[in-house]
Amino acid sequence: MAGIDTTHMGAGTEEFTAEQLAKVDKIISKFKSKPGALIPVLEEVQDVCGYLPMSLQLRVAKGLGIPVANVYGVVTFYSFFTMVPRGKHVIRVCLGTACYVRGGQKILESLVGTLGIAPGECTADRNFSLETVRCLGACGLAPVVVIDEDTHGQMKPAKLDKVLAEYR
Amino acid sequence: MAKVNVTIDNIKVSVEQGNTILEAAMLAGIKIPTLCAWPEINHRPGACRVCVVEVDGQRNLVASCVFPVSEGMVVKTTSERVRKARKLNVELLLSNHPTECNVCVRNGNCDLQVVAEAVGLREVRFTYPDYSTAEYIDDSSPSVVRDARKCIKCYRCVTVCDEIQTASVLSPTFRGDGVRIGPAFNLPLLETNCTNCGQCILACPVGALYEKDDTDKVWAALNDPSKHVVVQEAPAIRAALGEDLGMPVGSLVTGKMIEALRRLGFDKVFDTNFTADLTIIEEGNELLQRVKTGGKLPMITSCSPGWIKFCEHFYPDLLDNLSTCKSPQQMMGALIKTYYAEHSGVDAKDIVSVSIMPCTAKKFECQRDEMADSGFRDVDYVLTTRELSRMIKQAGIDFANLPEGDYDNPLGEYTGAGTIFGATGGVMEAALRTVYAVVTGTNLESLDVTPVRGLEGVKEAAVEVGPLGKVKVAVAHGLSNARQLMDKIRDGSADYAFIEVMCCPGGCVSGGGQPIAPSNEKRINRAAALYKDDGAVQKFRQSHENPSVKRIYEVFLKEPLGHKSHELLHTHYYKRGTDLPHAHDAEFEVNDAKNKATH
Ligand code: SF4
Ligand code: SF4
Ligand code: SF4
Ligand code: FES
Repeated sequence: MAGIDTTHMGAGTEEFTAEQLAKVDKIISKFKSKPGALIPVLEEVQDVCGYLPMSLQLRVAKGLGIPVANVYGVVTFYSFFTMVPRGKHVIRVCLGTACYVRGGQKILESLVGTLGIAPGECTADRNFSLETVRCLGACGLAPVVVIDEDTHGQMKPAKLDKVLAEYR
Repeated sequence: MAKVNVTIDNIKVSVEQGNTILEAAMLAGIKIPTLCAWPEINHRPGACRVCVVEVDGQRNLVASCVFPVSEGMVVKTTSERVRKARKLNVELLLSNHPTECNVCVRNGNCDLQVVAEAVGLREVRFTYPDYSTAEYIDDSSPSVVRDARKCIKCYRCVTVCDEIQTASVLSPTFRGDGVRIGPAFNLPLLETNCTNCGQCILACPVGALYEKDDTDKVWAALNDPSKHVVVQEAPAIRAALGEDLGMPVGSLVTGKMIEALRRLGFDKVFDTNFTADLTIIEEGNELLQRVKTGGKLPMITSCSPGWIKFCEHFYPDLLDNLSTCKSPQQMMGALIKTYYAEHSGVDAKDIVSVSIMPCTAKKFECQRDEMADSGFRDVDYVLTTRELSRMIKQAGIDFANLPEGDYDNPLGEYTGAGTIFGATGGVMEAALRTVYAVVTGTNLESLDVTPVRGLEGVKEAAVEVGPLGKVKVAVAHGLSNARQLMDKIRDGSADYAFIEVMCCPGGCVSGGGQPIAPSNEKRINRAAALYKDDGAVQKFRQSHENPSVKRIYEVFLKEPLGHKSHELLHTHYYKRGTDLPHAHDAEFEVNDAKNKATH
């Protein structure tokens, strides 16, 4: 049974710009009263706003005239929907077997310490998101950390600060 | 319909095409164990696979609750393969289920216990994970407790909440191993659009959903010599309590119920039926006043607190259509700590007012901020039928063999009109009897208003009421049916004068606090007990004939809709809406229906 992160669930719409919200409403009205509208609406809304906090799920539910419980059910069912914001830069730590045995877990712990967030979360300044992945196919470079599109191989906790500095 | 021939465990049966194997087996006299299926509401998610059988020519075992029969089908329900599979499926369910039957509210009435026995399970080889209770138990609501640890994911509560009640509070969330049934954003139930109807409790086959138990508080009050403990019982209790205590469904147990309450130590036993009668006087006059003064119509009944909260969430624009009358429970509460206190000389602060209700929503209702017009909490504790039967068992009372007790005055006397409040259509029937008599000076030709009785979802009737002409009325039970009428009011196509809505399917006889599990057959039998009380037991059948009601107007209330009535018997509603999470009552904008409708 998965626990859920509640830290961002109460986030209000005020963090989105009027322009973003206008786009959201337009997406909703485009799909309104079409069958099977929910998933495409959520996809497009997530594209515009980056993530789907409670406030947006409520807005979608109201706009489409469906219970918010159904919206939430769908958002939690599909892994490509996220209820937490994405940082400007996404850090992915590989915990595949090769990386794991060569210290991937230590790298992760070190990042958790430095950034002050758990995997799946985003820093308060929205600069970094932290994720874990299972094998990126770069086992020769283990342990591997990927930031955005850049692969950083043979990582060590001591090297992290310098690498992160490039993205601050 | 065409028939097909099937052979089940060597027994040949001829069944209707389209039937499931489960249904066919029933005809063959074979009871296949089931857990998630609930055919009466057409709920067959095929989730638990406890009902699997072997079908010749099918490679895999099939779920008999969904698999349709076909001509010549040969089915085995007790083969080694079937027995092993069923056993394993139940074992897997128990592998992450806290097996704490001894202390579980459903001990002795649990479908998971029943299937474990039915498949002969004697050992669970997996160890149960250590769930921290705090994360999995939500007891935020005064009405319904959720224990996600015990949930077997049968989705019954989801179907009931979403399709039958259309509150759509519960849904499956996450997926795979992580599936969890609950409210959006994992919010505490108190902060959702939950109506507190408790229909999900009736649906739950296990102890994952149950009423907030207040029996300890009531025991404590009964054992406190400084307290004067007074009790009222809703109409529907007397038609259902017996079946939880070893009597047949549909037993009318008024006298035994009263005697049991006395033996438990209640100082006075009053009857909610009395305030049901009083409701008819107040609500009937309110209706006539609205008709005469061009007030908001249709007027809608307000005795069902689950319905009220639903309306506050989903139809906040139509709150002015609700009668301002409090529910009979709350009228009684307000009178106990004023009228009765004066009458008896007992200080209201020493009175503990308890009510026995078929309803979990009443627990929420009695805690609403505004329900303190006596200067105290008008009702202190609400116990459901199930909790009362628990107390009776705890006290070792041999219920079925009790002598017949009688209620106390001045708040006990009632008419048949009060009794039938417990069945869908009953309030309407009672109101029509009195309104007709008040307006025309004569009684309805037949006091049985049969078009508003029975289990059809929405019922309509038109009654010629003297100078008022034809009065059109409608009755709905279950919130999906109520929605149909509300949407009509919204779009202006409802030409009714008066509407009765009961939150629960069948009305209070099948309220969320009644014995588990519900069925239409039980609804019909319990309602029949109430109609028997009305037709054959009670001396009076019209609320305005109730001598105690006449007396309370003479000596205390003075007149219907008068000053005292407004102070004690009427109320107002909140525009709650559906934005989550919901805040506490006091933070809502108060609707001024109370003033508008009455001045
Ligand atoms: S839900 Fe049923 S099986 Fe589970 S602890 Fe309660 S009684 Fe036992
Ligand atoms: S009490 Fe009624 S409204 Fe609340 S969750 Fe249960 S079924 Fe839904
Ligand atoms: S809470 Fe009860 S009714 Fe709902 S899915 Fe779980 S076991 Fe079924
Ligand atoms: S009862 Fe058939 S799958 Fe659950």
